[in-house]
Amino acid sequence: MSETTWETVIGLEVHAELATRTKLFSGALNHFGSEPNTNVDPVSLGLPGSLPVLNRAAVELAIRVGLALHCEIRPSVFARKNYFYPDMPKDFQISQYDQPIDLGGWLELPEGKRIGITRAHLEEDTGKNTHVGGSGRIGGADYSLIDYNRAGVPLLEIVSEPDLRSADEARAYVGELRAILVAIGASDGKMEEGSLRVDCNVSVRRPGEPFGTRCEIKNVNSLRSLGRAVDYETRRQIDLIEAGDKVRQETRHWDENGGRTTPGRSKENSEDYRYFPEPDLVPVVPDPAWIEEIRAALPRLPAERRHDLAAAAGLTPTDLTVIVAVDRGADATALEAIAAGADAVRVLTHIEHNLAVEGADALSGSTLAALVGMETSGALTATQAKTVLAELVTLAVSGVQGDPAAVAAAKGFEAMNTGAFDAAVDAVIADNAEEWERFKAGDPKERGKLTGFFVGKVMKSTKGQADGKAVTAALLSRAG
Amino acid sequence: MSATAVDIAADVRAGRRSALDVVEAALAAIAARDGELNAFNTVTADQARAAAASIDARVAAGEDVGPLAGVPVALKDNLCTRGVPTTCSSKILAGWKPPYDATVVGRLVAAGAIMVGKTNLDEFAMGSSTENSAFGPTRNPHDPTRVPGGSSGGSAAAVAAGFVPLSLGSDTGGSIRQPAALCGVVGVKPTYGRVSRYGLVAFASSLDQIGPFATTVADAAACYDVIAGWDPFDSTSIPEPLEPTSAALGRGVQGLRVGVVSEMTSEAMGIAPDVLVRVREAADALAAAGATVTEVSVPACVYGLSAYYLIAPAEASSNLARFDGVRFGLRVDAPTTAEMQRATRTAGFGPEVKRRIMLGTYALCAGYYDAYYGKAQRVRRLILEDFERAYGEVDVLLSPTSPTTAFPLGAKTTDPLTMYLNDVCTIPSNLAGHPALSVPFGTGSDGMPVGVQLMGPALSESLLFQVAAVLEASSS
Amino acid sequence: MPARISRDDVAHVARLALLELTEDELERYTEQLGAILEHAEDVAALDLGDVAPLAHPLSLRNVFRDDEPGAALDRDEVLAEAPAAESGRFRVPAILGEEP
Repeated sequence: MSETTWETVIGLEVHAELATRTKLFSGALNHFGSEPNTNVDPVSLGLPGSLPVLNRAAVELAIRVGLALHCEIRPSVFARKNYFYPDMPKDFQISQYDQPIDLGGWLELPEGKRIGITRAHLEEDTGKNTHVGGSGRIGGADYSLIDYNRAGVPLLEIVSEPDLRSADEARAYVGELRAILVAIGASDGKMEEGSLRVDCNVSVRRPGEPFGTRCEIKNVNSLRSLGRAVDYETRRQIDLIEAGDKVRQETRHWDENGGRTTPGRSKENSEDYRYFPEPDLVPVVPDPAWIEEIRAALPRLPAERRHDLAAAAGLTPTDLTVIVAVDRGADATALEAIAAGADAVRVLTHIEHNLAVEGADALSGSTLAALVGMETSGALTATQAKTVLAELVTLAVSGVQGDPAAVAAAKGFEAMNTGAFDAAVDAVIADNAEEWERFKAGDPKERGKLTGFFVGKVMKSTKGQADGKAVTAALLSRAG
Repeated sequence: MSATAVDIAADVRAGRRSALDVVEAALAAIAARDGELNAFNTVTADQARAAAASIDARVAAGEDVGPLAGVPVALKDNLCTRGVPTTCSSKILAGWKPPYDATVVGRLVAAGAIMVGKTNLDEFAMGSSTENSAFGPTRNPHDPTRVPGGSSGGSAAAVAAGFVPLSLGSDTGGSIRQPAALCGVVGVKPTYGRVSRYGLVAFASSLDQIGPFATTVADAAACYDVIAGWDPFDSTSIPEPLEPTSAALGRGVQGLRVGVVSEMTSEAMGIAPDVLVRVREAADALAAAGATVTEVSVPACVYGLSAYYLIAPAEASSNLARFDGVRFGLRVDAPTTAEMQRATRTAGFGPEVKRRIMLGTYALCAGYYDAYYGKAQRVRRLILEDFERAYGEVDVLLSPTSPTTAFPLGAKTTDPLTMYLNDVCTIPSNLAGHPALSVPFGTGSDGMPVGVQLMGPALSESLLFQVAAVLEASSS
Repeated sequence: MPARISRDDVAHVARLALLELTEDELERYTEQLGAILEHAEDVAALDLGDVAPLAHPLSLRNVFRDDEPGAALDRDEVLAEAPAAESGRFRVPAILGEEP
């Protein structure tokens, strides 16, 4: 297996649509899903005579992202990137080029690794082409239709250092970046609506050697595609090199259906974009007081929240249940439940497995704590707790924090009294004397197998009312 | 139309004369002579009559209808007018009806002015003679065998011919002042950023300014007061509040220091002797009125023309990319979009526009940016600094506006560089972003009008009008 | 100082600018652009490393608009001026090249 002797090197360029009300340079609405060409004004259509005026909110969000990514906030200048393409109304894109607003930061992956952020800069989005006729795809289409609603929507292009080493890390990076953007209100982070678009630069090398020639992969529209594309591209490049070929620097497209990347434009023949400072705009030199105001208003970021929750739960920030709880935005509920005395592991287990449902965020931490309390005391089995929890969520969505005990009672989940429980255990032992002798003999392997057997029988005879752990304990005590 | 804008507005506001009567007179004058001069691309007769009737009704109702009430104005055809063709005198925009008004158009209408039409220009404002128009050249009202100057030749000719008392032009390297000089009218290029460019079809964004043509300094000042001021739709618009310039007109030049720019008054710069004579006389007139006149050097000026012909085409090459047959204007059909765009641009742009697009594209290309565009932007700083040094010594600068009087049609069309030299005295103010104006001062040896240029530091428009009023009085 | 603009250079910029030139035009523009650029050599030859480029005479900074919606254009009015439109969109011939 040759891959063990190769290292994948990945750098990502993430384009995030910023969650402003209006476009980067005009008052047309920044809104996904409107009727075609209804969110347009002279600026978004690039009509002759129109002029851009910078949206303060977009700058503020860019600064917010910069601060969340530990960047330096710099004076910035917009430039024109000149190229002809029909979805680009002015046939140039206004983009920060050599003087971006956010420079040099880092992002910490949930598993703890720091990924360098090269820069983040503001630019305008393009319109959308729909290809009609033929195969319905570019190249095969008879003609195309253009909607400029998206043209001029503010984008922040966030460029990472080539610090990522695997598809998993690449996915984790985008996941974490997305969580940060959502947490600070910079973007809705919806990859399926194109709010977050990822281009990845992939190269391979033998560890310790200089970087190899990289390919830029476009059209990666989900975390899943990102992982697949990186893996495919890694394999392709290794195969090329091992066959004695060279990797050509080029742009490649991820073909989701084919599960492969296909060649696009060669970078060596790339366009001359003729960048020059946009004369219709003036430099942005953020006032330090403004930057500090934005910094002070930043919410706790996902990494900080993972540390908070881990500390409260007695776990590490890299614990999967901690990561999941923060990722789902359920960490506040978890912290409240833990503070109310609930067992942290059970709380996080419920969040991971039983609260990944619509409306779960309506459930209060104290209600969750009460439920976990019943579970811990043996009043509810794990299976019953799950059923009660689902009911509690339904109630919470309708605005009522239910009482877990009342819900359990209504479901008939009375905790078994000791007498009935003991009788049930004894009856099962009596009915299965042969197995019981083997259990008592004490061979650990045999005993493990038979524990499942007896617990199952007791659960069946009590219609699930007995708690599995309690049955195990009773068996052990009876075996002496 | 012999009445001034100021007089017309006073009469209309007082109800002594109807706006409709004023507009009918303007339309009649245009109908009588524009077939010969070709100053207008479009005459908006019906719209003008309707607007005039509305002004008259509001006057009758006792409303204040604004400082330019009932004044007919002509607009250079690169200013967007909603629902009225805005062509830039280019085939590529022939018939295009913008869905919005330029800011200056809104301001004029709010002041009571009435648009009577859109005037001819060198295609996309690129030229100095209005011969580069897709709709035929405009002719000089003083001698129809000669050019009116350019690129705002239609607006200059419309005022000079007495069609309208006021018109607007745009000035990127002299396109208001030079035709004003050649047509014998007043033409003003305000401080960069003083008049909103929103709705002006861009030629060179960092140099373009809109300004008025008028028969008198007072009319030009009145129009400037209406169109100038901060606009939230133009990021380069200057936020400083505006003081009305009309108040400065009668102050004279007693005690003012006037500098004659030595670099712009030498025959080595190609300035014709008969033009130089008038500049000397203008200097003498100011001295006679109490000003101190000295000779002042602005050395970096000599690089102005070169810097301009790198910066303006570079910006134009980018500004004119959007004319691609997709959203508006001309389309020449072809099987693919790229071929359609190429065919459209090839058929839609005239030779001068293509020349400048290619020149600008070249100047911005990787490898040449620093040597050309980058260097030229630094030259702008040198010129600005030299001007500021000069304004430490004097209050205003005086020079010729154009090296010669109006030349015959076709005289300079074969060699682009010869045509470009027309702008040698006007370009430095655009590069510095400073205000400048041209005021008529006598005639040349051929009997054609001569204009002299007054230049001042940023936001010194009042002062320029004040000095121009003295020259106006002494030349008549 | 850049070398004199060549015929190939002119063909290249014409391609970048989406302009088609005949052989005659190529010839003529090469000559004319060469003459203009030659005139500009006085500027290209200046040593201005310590002079900052000038973009606006008043050095404006931080010009922003508030994030408030403005008036949208009427789609019918806009599409009426388009060379071709269909289903509320601008229509163009097949697009072959990919987005840069």
